[in-house]
Amino acid sequence: MAWFSACSIPAVPLFLQVLGRFNRARAAQLTLPHYLCQTPLFMPVGTQGTIKGLTKNQLEEIGCQIILGNTYHLALRPTSELIDELGGLHKFMNWPRALLTDSGGFQMVSLLHLADITEKGVTFQSPVDGKPMLLTPEESIQIQNRIGADIIMALDDVVRTTITGPRIEEAMYRTLRWIDRCIAAHKRPNEQNLFGIVQGGLDPVLRDICVRGLVERNLPGYAIGGLAGGEDKDSFWRVVAQCTAALPEDKPRYVMGVGYPLDIVVCSALGADMYDCVYPTRTARFGTALVPEGVLKLKHQAMANDIRPIDPMCECMVCKNYTRAYIHCLVTKDAMGSQLLSYHNLYYMMKLSRDLHSSIVEGRFPEFVCKFLQTMFPKGDVPEWVCNAMEVAGIDISSCCHEMKV
Amino acid sequence: MEQRKSPVRGSAAGQLSFPNSDSRSAPHNPQRPARFHLSGPPYLLSSFSGFSPAPVQPASLLPCFFSSLEGISPKTISNIGGLHQMLSLHQHIFAAVPRDSIIALPEHDSTNKYGASFQTPGGRLLIKPAEYVELVSSMKPDFWVTLADEVPAWVSDKRNRTSVDRTLRWLDDCLSLNKTGTTIFGSIVGGSSIEERHRCAQEVAQRNVSGYWIGGFGLGESMDERAALLTAVTDNLPEDMPRHVSGLGLPEEVLQGVAAGIDLFDSTYVYHLTLGGFALTFPLERNKGDNADYQLSDSGGDDMKINLKATIYRKDTSPIVESCNCFTCQNHTKAYLNHLFNVHEMLAQTLLEIHNTHQYLGFFCSIRKAIEEGKFEQFRRNFVESRRECLFAAASSD
Repeated sequence: MAWFSACSIPAVPLFLQVLGRFNRARAAQLTLPHYLCQTPLFMPVGTQGTIKGLTKNQLEEIGCQIILGNTYHLALRPTSELIDELGGLHKFMNWPRALLTDSGGFQMVSLLHLADITEKGVTFQSPVDGKPMLLTPEESIQIQNRIGADIIMALDDVVRTTITGPRIEEAMYRTLRWIDRCIAAHKRPNEQNLFGIVQGGLDPVLRDICVRGLVERNLPGYAIGGLAGGEDKDSFWRVVAQCTAALPEDKPRYVMGVGYPLDIVVCSALGADMYDCVYPTRTARFGTALVPEGVLKLKHQAMANDIRPIDPMCECMVCKNYTRAYIHCLVTKDAMGSQLLSYHNLYYMMKLSRDLHSSIVEGRFPEFVCKFLQTMFPKGDVPEWVCNAMEVAGIDISSCCHEMKV
Repeated sequence: MEQRKSPVRGSAAGQLSFPNSDSRSAPHNPQRPARFHLSGPPYLLSSFSGFSPAPVQPASLLPCFFSSLEGISPKTISNIGGLHQMLSLHQHIFAAVPRDSIIALPEHDSTNKYGASFQTPGGRLLIKPAEYVELVSSMKPDFWVTLADEVPAWVSDKRNRTSVDRTLRWLDDCLSLNKTGTTIFGSIVGGSSIEERHRCAQEVAQRNVSGYWIGGFGLGESMDERAALLTAVTDNLPEDMPRHVSGLGLPEEVLQGVAAGIDLFDSTYVYHLTLGGFALTFPLERNKGDNADYQLSDSGGDDMKINLKATIYRKDTSPIVESCNCFTCQNHTKAYLNHLFNVHEMLAQTLLEIHNTHQYLGFFCSIRKAIEEGKFEQFRRNFVESRRECLFAAASSD
């Protein structure tokens, strides 16, 4: 792509180049205004303009490519106007790589007591003074324009997948109406990429309508929303599979709110590219480390005398310098305990991202998946939903599964 | 026992070397140089140590308080290989001191003939010399301080005398229990009695120790009484042995200690400043009197520090101190820090502690330079006077 590298500013602010495939899975290079990313990738959540306790140098060391900022929190403090005045969130945080902001809608619905959704937007009570307020699609986009992230999210009408009934259909159609309002309000389409979000609950018909509606708008990227909210895993993967099959090949697919390493591997096998979740950093604050076998609970008494690192195979700064025993004595008492675990857990997630990317590019994706599953399920008790999903993904994991209990 | 090979250099006029107690060099400067700041918050476990980018100079000394190691057994620390290994801070010098001015304050009422009592977040802790020595040997610090019975300034004469007797007895206990030939500093107490300070110092000076730890300060005595008490101790100590004081943290107190012949200081000053959101801004060059940015009255700052939580910094895109080389000033603005403090993010503390530690260590650097150039008294005078001027200006502007 010689012509591309000769240009200093891309014609569009997002470019996806697929470098390798295995059936539905893809490894790609995602070019954004602030960074050249490699997918599949995980995005840590830096709610208030920081990932809890880690410096920007550490985040770079770990290999973070895109960080997520929460529009709701940032609009409250320090306000999007202030961020804009000081040159945008990248400059404010001094983060040289890519940023993504969400629409603010989800936080409101999940955090606020009296949030309500109407055609106008999300009405809620201001957490500061209790006044009634309204977040419209226009307002959400304006706030995100001021913050200045590489990727911004449309305001969608999100409902939990555990809800049934006409509300889901209403939410899906409203999301389509709102995407037009978002597009109209977007003042910086040459610098910021507006992603649409596919809704529709667990209903394949509704999901299909939504996908087609969004694809018609020819957006730079698409997110699969409304999942990661407590639905059963079998329904979850089927929705992802349906959406990735219908979304355009040359645009990134972002599964919001996912999540557990296992979920990311499955979704990548089905053709998704981007993920975000608070899980790695939140679980770190509860003293839990992510390891290839699953999790390690550092608060356990057994850790008190264990002088091994969290993961002997892990190359991160934490595993190279500290023992389980030391971290154990920290996690209950000191901020440094959770910082160390956040560091390790994010390193783990970014390594997983790198491994997914390189195994697909190097043509050994099925082997990678099998090894991953064997390590996590040494007794062969791979969950049925994973087996079903892998079948659809065209990946043979029979070597990892034992049909009969031994 | 693993020996620390790298010598620790202070001012050119004197150096403090580890590990062998016989490789000490005598200072040439008759005025005792402040060689090295025993830096770092008393919290052993603080977020700065070895985790944040280059927060302290490589050869800083770090105090380590036994009580902060609750939750990990001496045997495990030993199995890991000692403190240097556990904290992965191989370039640092560690000193083991029982008192921690944040989480292990001496409880003189509960201390008895068996051991010293400390008030900790986990409750009261009584530690006996034998236990203390065992813990210290598992930590393998570069040097350690003998167990002391520290009392505040207002106790009765009788209680004060007892504290001296006990401290001396425990010193002898620690020395006899010290099997591995590690470097020991003898503890000197004596409260606010000049006679007891003399007595204790003279006694300890006769023991076979490698340095002196002077306790019982920062527990309620006034700065005025302290000067005499300090010299009552240091006058009795050999010139060429290091003197370490805990609990003196304010810059003026440090200067007072240096004038009295103290070499090593550990304090909670940086910790408390950081907790409150205050950033040190005092001029590091001693002749820069007037370029300090006075942020007085409303924000709670003064010529030495600013309150980063104050709203005046909301949009301030300059670093805390323009010329500062610390990670925080090289990478972040006051506006960002202001935001982090206001939303109670952990990163605020980490970044601020890096800066404050850097500044504070720079202050000690200036002191050493002043001593080398034979201008310490002048340095001290200038410093104290410029502080007074500033406070006077603040008071009269109301």
